[in-house]
Amino acid sequence: MAALTGTAIIRNGSVFDPLNGINGDKKDIFIREGKVVPSLSSAEQKDSLVIDARGKTVMPGGVDSHSHVAGTKVNAGRLMRPEDHYKSVRARTALTHSGSGYTVPSVYKQGYDYAAMGYTTVFEAAMPPLEARHTHEEMRATPILDMGAYMVLGNNWFIMRYLKEGDIEKAAAYTSWMLRTHKGYGIKCVNPAGVENWGWARNVSGLDEPNIHFEVTPRELIRGLAEVNEMLGLPMSLHLHANNLGHPGNWEIARDSLMITSGMEARNKSQLEWGETQKSARRRQTVYLAHAQFSAYGGTSWRDFCSGAADLAKYINQVDDVVIDSGSVPFGPATTMTGDGPAQHDLYMITGQKWSNTDVELECGSGVLPLVYMKSSPVHSVQWAIGLEVMLLIDDPWKTIMTTDHPNGGIFTQYPQLLTWLMSKKARDDTAKECHKWAYDKSTLGGVDRELSLYEMAIVTRANPARTIGMAYRKGHLGAGADGDVTIYDIDPANLNPNDTSALTAKLARPGYTIKDGRIVARQGEIVSVPDGRRFYCQPYVDEDLEKDMLKDVKDWFKYYTVGFANYPVPDKYLKNPVAIPVNQPLEAVMRR
Amino acid sequence: MAEIILKIREKIGIMVEAEAISPESFAGKGKEEIEALLVWQGPEKLPLSRFFDVEASGPSASPEETRIIMQGDLSRVKRIGEGMKAGSIEIDGPAGMHLGAEMVGGSILVKGNAGSWSGREMKGGLLHIKGNCGDHVGSAYRGSWRGMTGGQIIVDGNARSQLGGGLAGGQITVEGDVENFCGIRQSGGKILVRGSAVRGVGAEMNGGAIAVCKDILQPSPGFVETGREEDPKLGEVQLEGRFVKYAGDYALSKNAKGTLYCREV
Repeated sequence: MAALTGTAIIRNGSVFDPLNGINGDKKDIFIREGKVVPSLSSAEQKDSLVIDARGKTVMPGGVDSHSHVAGTKVNAGRLMRPEDHYKSVRARTALTHSGSGYTVPSVYKQGYDYAAMGYTTVFEAAMPPLEARHTHEEMRATPILDMGAYMVLGNNWFIMRYLKEGDIEKAAAYTSWMLRTHKGYGIKCVNPAGVENWGWARNVSGLDEPNIHFEVTPRELIRGLAEVNEMLGLPMSLHLHANNLGHPGNWEIARDSLMITSGMEARNKSQLEWGETQKSARRRQTVYLAHAQFSAYGGTSWRDFCSGAADLAKYINQVDDVVIDSGSVPFGPATTMTGDGPAQHDLYMITGQKWSNTDVELECGSGVLPLVYMKSSPVHSVQWAIGLEVMLLIDDPWKTIMTTDHPNGGIFTQYPQLLTWLMSKKARDDTAKECHKWAYDKSTLGGVDRELSLYEMAIVTRANPARTIGMAYRKGHLGAGADGDVTIYDIDPANLNPNDTSALTAKLARPGYTIKDGRIVARQGEIVSVPDGRRFYCQPYVDEDLEKDMLKDVKDWFKYYTVGFANYPVPDKYLKNPVAIPVNQPLEAVMRR
Repeated sequence: MAEIILKIREKIGIMVEAEAISPESFAGKGKEEIEALLVWQGPEKLPLSRFFDVEASGPSASPEETRIIMQGDLSRVKRIGEGMKAGSIEIDGPAGMHLGAEMVGGSILVKGNAGSWSGREMKGGLLHIKGNCGDHVGSAYRGSWRGMTGGQIIVDGNARSQLGGGLAGGQITVEGDVENFCGIRQSGGKILVRGSAVRGVGAEMNGGAIAVCKDILQPSPGFVETGREEDPKLGEVQLEGRFVKYAGDYALSKNAKGTLYCREV
């Protein structure tokens, strides 16, 4: 059986493939040498792996577009939390490495746990340029998963200087050089202007508040980076971690931030072969808001804290250029880690927990702090409700992505639990009874009857994350040309009872099969093969002269770094199976000028 | 009551991880089954019979009905009675690290010394050490700030550093002396030291109470005297003599809720 590597037939499954409009139809999926094809010849069929998926749910492999799984802050979380590790261990097998860690697992365990849960693609949400080598080292060591990392640029000295001067072209040149140099995938913007202020123990609180020394405002940075993003035509839009994150009443600044890019045109100028899809697989959004739960707070203090999700959702329902991921809170231990240094300090002042704080010279910062979300806590209960509200109150599932902002709101292995709440009102009501009464009193969640279907679930965990970040040319669907990444859940859609909550959670946690590139990688939660994943990054180009001009500035200012210019880039050897995505290639760049 | 006797065969080289030695795992098992229980030694999983001669009076009906008696030098056997909920273990000599760690109920009696981490993160039951013991008795494990939450530890001899680190509940009594940082990060529970302490007593404590009946050689700076008491009570225990009462640790919090008694000099 399976003489041809990566050639498989998945027969008679109920297929959910939203980018192709397939909603539970009985269908065969053919994969030849790792890629989905319309059919296989009878000779190929003889040599292929055949899986009978009758009465089962077949979906594209899971795509996580926002997770913290590689890099220095993740490792800082591991280092400062031995207690997170000795109680969660994974023994070595003939095939797999040992591993440990519950909220911040070691790289091997992360790869296995994601794959066992049906996910095949995971993107690291925050890579400081200076820490790119470390991030790539961890991604290189992560088994199975296809990965990439977004580069943090919202408080970068060069970007702030160019945008203050209004020099979008040089900012674009710098960004394109940085993405190539550090093998980054897209632009992440964390608390724009605020993290720089944190170097002087301050933050910014309004979109038009200029920061210290650079005198640039969050609004200018968001607008500027989004323009750079669309000028270069990157696969993903600007990925925004809004200002005032984690503060009561911050839903307004989140909404106002999303308005900044309104009216801009989404332009993906990557040169790629796109798999066949019925719907457009290209992103519509010009801003992708990270972990909306942490930016959808009402009230004015922790005393009158309440959900602001309904207000934020109201705006998002009116527009077509916004996507959010939820950053939901499923309760239990978490390790908060963000590039938002001041937000982490605020958490430290509230909790008194152990806390680490880092300044990444010239570029950004970060903080790490362990946290347990408790059902008995009024605030945590509201956070739980908000994390579900942002998924349920935004009507169009193509504007939402389900995450826990792993490991900030919760850990990725809690996705099945989270999906159960989204798919069953009963599950939500049951949990609300165990929570502090603020959960329903201070949110609208109790009045929400919506329950996600399997089709919608496939949108928010596969199709939309892939489309939002520009990976839907090969991920998040099962059209011809897509990667042969498939999850087969032991769920018969004809007999699905979302109110049997523990059974649903268990089935979502341990799919019958996780298939990557046409090969079975996990079977009922057990890892059965360990291929190496790919590392995606963007190679955008701008006019050569412009780049030379920009590099002069960079070299001039490089004296402020403690690293030498020659040691700054990430060498190719740091990437295993690299996939460079060419963007805005020279000819077009020249013509544009 | 079924009695199971484990006699150590020869001196143990690489330390053995013996969480399999507990009334729960022995209950209902005969001699051969107990001998076949696996323990880790370095990278290998080996049967108990490799290290112990086992005598059993017959399978016990339940953990409550199980009494384990261990003989010989057990100082290189770790995690005896870890997580036990009922029954009893009696150790006729020294015991190794993590003795009775996370135990929930039942009792352990050690006639010799015990290693570090004895009663670590213990939740209930009684751990009585007749000799001295190592560091971190009744404390939280690495990285955690939540130590023992319930039960009782009695040390007839001396204890070393970080006794009751992160203590959140239960009671620890040391008849002898302790060294450094006794009750560090304590948030509840009680520690009674009949002898002296070296330094750092109650550092960063934010709840619970500590009494030191002799001297604290170097008191922590974050403690403020709140009064003097004659024969105060530490929980149920009546102390004798005049004590100075302190609140702290103000180095951690402006609203410190820890109490420290020290014998008046």
